[in-house]
Amino acid sequence: MESKVRVSFTVNGNAHALEVYPMARLLDVLREQLRLTGTKEGCGEGECGACAVMINGEIVNSCLVPIAQAEGAEIKTIEGVAVGDQLHSVQQAFIEHGGAQCGICTPGMVLAAVDLLSRNPQPTDDEIRVGLAGNLCRCTGYMKIFESVVRAYQK
Amino acid sequence: MRGYIPSYQLITPASVAEALSLLANEPRKWKPFAGGTDLMVLLEAAKLSHRDYLNIWPLNELRFITVDKSHVTLGALSTYTDVQANEVLRTEFPMLCQAASETGGLAIQNRGTLGGNIINASPAADSPPALLAYDAQLELSSNGGTRWVSYNGFHTGYKQMGIRYDELLTRIRLPRTPGLTHYYRKVGTRKAQAISKVCLAGVLRLRASEVEDVRIALGSVAPIPLRCERTENVLRGRNLDSALIQTATEELAAEISPIDDIRSTKDYRLRVSQNLLADFLTRSH
Repeated sequence: MESKVRVSFTVNGNAHALEVYPMARLLDVLREQLRLTGTKEGCGEGECGACAVMINGEIVNSCLVPIAQAEGAEIKTIEGVAVGDQLHSVQQAFIEHGGAQCGICTPGMVLAAVDLLSRNPQPTDDEIRVGLAGNLCRCTGYMKIFESVVRAYQK
Repeated sequence: MRGYIPSYQLITPASVAEALSLLANEPRKWKPFAGGTDLMVLLEAAKLSHRDYLNIWPLNELRFITVDKSHVTLGALSTYTDVQANEVLRTEFPMLCQAASETGGLAIQNRGTLGGNIINASPAADSPPALLAYDAQLELSSNGGTRWVSYNGFHTGYKQMGIRYDELLTRIRLPRTPGLTHYYRKVGTRKAQAISKVCLAGVLRLRASEVEDVRIALGSVAPIPLRCERTENVLRGRNLDSALIQTATEELAAEISPIDDIRSTKDYRLRVSQNLLADFLTRSH
């Protein structure tokens, strides 16, 4: 049995210093220790994107990040996308255009879309597909999500 | 069923030098842990049998891409995203950039590293065929110094490699070679995320219609990412016509050893490998 270590990082601007097992998944620390349950677990093996978060401005699958690798990181989760009650244009577009159904993929999809539009404010259709390619949805058939992203940047 | 998290150790050395000391001073205790995109999948499946890891991900001294007159050199922690963003790689080593863009989705590409892809040693990995076709060289570092080895021949059997327990893969070097045509094709179940059924990378240079230089490598058709030198030898110095392409595809069938597994079948892989080779050679002349 190995011992816990102290890992310090910020989540949505809030500083945390936690005693954790170093191989604990960032996903589990977010959900179970910090109670940020917006980040979902889908496959647990980096295939579905439901657990996506941003680390230092890059989208990653939090199920594949051991917490020791979060030392010093600035993490953003779905809970940090809206500013107060002000939804991000991507979130608003998902609501207005049926981008969310059961909701499990939605946090990851929204983060992938926010990430895409932050790097590329006017993406082509192909660029949107690449931007969302790491995220699986079992409800929408993808078109509603795709349309939501298009509407988000047209606003 | 996940691996038992408290049984794992993941410590962060302050530098490559410290990592090398740990590897040397506690023989076989430590293994490097880079972006985690393969190892964390094993952890989740309770198949991560080794317990003690060095977290090399934060070692920025291994994350760079430099270009000189003869080579492009990548730090072993260069991510797939880093690879795709490099202008010289995009122009002169397009197969490596294509492999990077077809590995996982963006979230994987931001975390997966070239060095990790090599050392994980999956025969189905996407960058090794491109690296083999580009005649990559690897820098292996230890407390005793560094040595360069050819990537061709580095994989010696399923998950077996020519690297000592006290060595760390630190750099990957690609010789700049003008005048090549490049062909890279990954065949998987879907465009994004899928692990390959077959992957072929090939470069070719013709003088008139004669094959002056050719290098071919395949993934998912053998216990290792396979450079197909027997097939290359059939082609080199010969006139590239349909008869030669036929001969080459027959030689390829004798050189590879695909199997049935969860992703595909032996017969399909054989057929597709031959078709990809024929497509590569047909497009290149």
